[in-house]
Amino acid sequence: MRHLLSAGDLSRAEAVEILDTTSTMAATQSREIKKLPALRGLTVVNLFFEDSTRTRISFEAAAKRLSADVINFSAKGSSVSKGESLKDTALTLAAMGADAVVIRHQASGAPHRLATSGWIRTPVVNAGDGMHQHPTQALLDAFTMRRHLVGGGEGGDGVGEDLTGAKVVIVGDVLHSRVARSNVDLLHTLGAHVTLVAPPTLLPVGVDTWPCAVSYDLDASIADVRPDAIMMLRVQRERMSSAGGGFFPSPMEYSRRYGLDGTRLAALPEHCVVMHPGPMNRGLEISAKAADSPRSTIVEQVANGVAVRMAVLYLLLAGGTPTEGSR
Amino acid sequence: MTSGATSTTVLSENDISRALTRIAHEILERNKGGTDLVLLGIPTRGAPLARRLGERILDAEGRPEAPLAELVGTLDITMHRDDLRRNPTRALEPTRIPPVGLDEKVVVLVDDVLYSGRTIRAALDAISDLGRPRAVQLAVLVDRGHRELPIRADYIGKNLPTSRSERVSVRLTELDGSDSVVLSS
Amino acid sequence: MTSYLIRAASVLGGERTDLYLADGVIAALGPDAAAAAPRGDGGSAVEVVEIDASTLIALPGLVDLHTHLREPGREDAETVASGTRAAAVGGFTCVHAMANTDPVADTAGVVEQVWRLGQDAGWAQVRPVGAVTVGLRGEQLAELGAMADSAAAVRVFSDDGMCVHDPVLMRRALEYVKAFDGVVAQHAQEPRLTAGALMHEGVVSAALGLTGWPAVAEEAIIARDVLLAEHVGSRVHICHLSTAGSVDIIRWAKARGIDVTAEVTPHHLVLTDEAVRGYDPQFKVNPPLRTAADVAAVRAGLADGTIDIVATDHAPHPDEDKDCEFAAAAMGMTGLETALSVVVEAMVNNPDHDFGWADVARTMSAAPAAIGRVSEQGRPLEVGEPANLVLVDPEATWTVDPPALRTASSNTPFAQRELPARVVATFWRGAATVLDGAPREALRERAGAGA
Repeated sequence: MRHLLSAGDLSRAEAVEILDTTSTMAATQSREIKKLPALRGLTVVNLFFEDSTRTRISFEAAAKRLSADVINFSAKGSSVSKGESLKDTALTLAAMGADAVVIRHQASGAPHRLATSGWIRTPVVNAGDGMHQHPTQALLDAFTMRRHLVGGGEGGDGVGEDLTGAKVVIVGDVLHSRVARSNVDLLHTLGAHVTLVAPPTLLPVGVDTWPCAVSYDLDASIADVRPDAIMMLRVQRERMSSAGGGFFPSPMEYSRRYGLDGTRLAALPEHCVVMHPGPMNRGLEISAKAADSPRSTIVEQVANGVAVRMAVLYLLLAGGTPTEGSR
Repeated sequence: MTSGATSTTVLSENDISRALTRIAHEILERNKGGTDLVLLGIPTRGAPLARRLGERILDAEGRPEAPLAELVGTLDITMHRDDLRRNPTRALEPTRIPPVGLDEKVVVLVDDVLYSGRTIRAALDAISDLGRPRAVQLAVLVDRGHRELPIRADYIGKNLPTSRSERVSVRLTELDGSDSVVLSS
Repeated sequence: MTSYLIRAASVLGGERTDLYLADGVIAALGPDAAAAAPRGDGGSAVEVVEIDASTLIALPGLVDLHTHLREPGREDAETVASGTRAAAVGGFTCVHAMANTDPVADTAGVVEQVWRLGQDAGWAQVRPVGAVTVGLRGEQLAELGAMADSAAAVRVFSDDGMCVHDPVLMRRALEYVKAFDGVVAQHAQEPRLTAGALMHEGVVSAALGLTGWPAVAEEAIIARDVLLAEHVGSRVHICHLSTAGSVDIIRWAKARGIDVTAEVTPHHLVLTDEAVRGYDPQFKVNPPLRTAADVAAVRAGLADGTIDIVATDHAPHPDEDKDCEFAAAAMGMTGLETALSVVVEAMVNNPDHDFGWADVARTMSAAPAAIGRVSEQGRPLEVGEPANLVLVDPEATWTVDPPALRTASSNTPFAQRELPARVVATFWRGAATVLDGAPREALRERAGAGA
């Protein structure tokens, strides 16, 4: 693994290795001294062309707990009109001696360009690009699911296991969602069965070729799939306006048909966890009752995000390629 | 595993067993019993060695039924190595500390081969992140010399003079199917 | 004045014959050619250059109906001189310069300027295309008649880059150009269905998270425009047709007797949206690269005559407009120097289609000349016809090396690709613009000095 650009690039073995490493990292985070010296002397640059305080501080915490130096580079607004600045920014970072670049960008494929254009030679971690991918989100979601649904192993994290047979329902704006794309790729690789549920307007043309099932009916999906995990995607209210594409008639109608309300929460199997990548629109895609219920993993996902990002930075930066079958 | 022109078995299964029994007794003798002891095996092969030492210590103390996990743990030192950038990444092994913790305990680090001493230095760093033991001691199955740091072992299964070009391979039943230490050049 | 005796060329891939080019025309053919050439005894003022074409194929000079020469306005990407020189190297003797320059070619003044720049450059005939609407804004007809009557004698009108999407405006344009035998060349792209579109909408766009450009946005406009053309009795030309559905609509329209012509680009004959998977902006183009099924359909349409012509849509861009994120990159790819080779690869050398050198001549010379009403181009290689022809080595292969191309930009999607067939010589109005595969700079200087 030279870069982490897409969850779809990971083999099963690589994905499990990242999750297992995450498990070790998570264990260190319950200690009094959370900081590890692994990346001492290395510099990680957070290159954010799009605002995302949560993701940035998660990566920042991860890098710092591995003793790396962190430079935050917020380039919002200086980019898309003329892409030149991505190249120039990359050259600047390379000149300043960055050892890894974490990039968030509103243009799909920008991390891919950064990694493959020859502008810089450091590992690139995709922290979310346009409507394309958000691989560390998918990894932290998978880690959270494994911990709850598989368990066992050292620390009860299901170390060494994948998600074979797990049933996951992902609900919401799949069309614009990099989280959905990343999760479908990774969950499929890990052996889970994914069902996407959305109004037809919020599913991309070509979704029928994805390795998952697709439904327009949330109630039927809950009843038929009996999911082990249900993930609610953020829906932006502006998508309903004509200027925003007119994807659905009103927030109320969306909420009635696709929101996770109390009734649907009650209809879920006892053990099913409720997930959300955040930030939430309470009352739109998820009710407060569901978000705050004991089966919600939403806060835990945030904590796991730091451990996953520690694992990714560690595996990318500490030496060469990971050894095969080292256990 | 070895492709050298010559290889010599320097410790047999029986030799290893005897060495471990001796070390177990030395540990008990020096620390006047096993009450404050914690054995931490350094993965990969230090971990089973620590378990074997732990079993012998409990036997010698006449309490073979006591839970091993309260005496023996593992300590992964990968993230504390100073040569991470030079060597390929190793998948992280779990660090598991007995529930009593390390504070005011006598920690015996257990590893298979003592060579440059860098692994032990990293282990000492790792321990300091986990607690404050009263003392830290070191037990190794083989000391092959060529130290690069001021570190020495308290308990040694066998001193084995080697040249740097030689290779010491420790095989343990738990991981490799049989017990032996082989020197190859 | 140099004249040329071409020995044993295979005309349109058929029988081998000699051709004698003198005074701007094909002066003699066959056994008469050598006899017609003056003996090199030093007594004649005419210098005769003899060319061994015994391994070469002779075609009429190629005519491109769709070229972006970028001048005036974007001389950093291409100039009339650099673009027409690249055209000559690609075997073209005539190009149609698209109107989306800055200022837009929407007045007689601008089209005459472009036409004159072409004359001065001396590499090929430049036929300016006039904008349909003022500033390509799709609001008000440009002065089409003035452009038609100008020295540039514009016959092709297009807002290419933008679709004339207002149906009433399109109807008026179709009707209006009948007065001077013009044709509207439509860039078929429904704007609302393609807002923010970056690539073909389908399996690949769904995976890459790039906003899709659905096939229906092209097909809906084509369907509307062929029906409009039928209704008002006009001819209409469809630029860079790219989808299987568009081929079906054109086939239906022709069967119905509608006076429609259509073009396909070389890149839509060989490349698919799979090429975009690496997010390389060299594969960003409008209309976008489509699916393998679409490629098969446009090839079949070209082979059976549903699609009339191949046009390059040569769209040079400076490096900074391609060396960036996919979303920020400019749309378009160069094509003048690779067009013939790509057509040979996709069609002539392809056993799936019965497409020979005569079909190359039809689709890349005669038909585009007819659509553009360029009377001196696309003519048969016969005695008395203008000496516009190209000699092609059909057995040669070459590897596309972007810096070595003559266009001022390097945004080719075929970099490092090996292509068949190479242009050896190009003759325009009897003069060699290209010999031994290289442009003849000296000629250009003479032409420039004499202008």
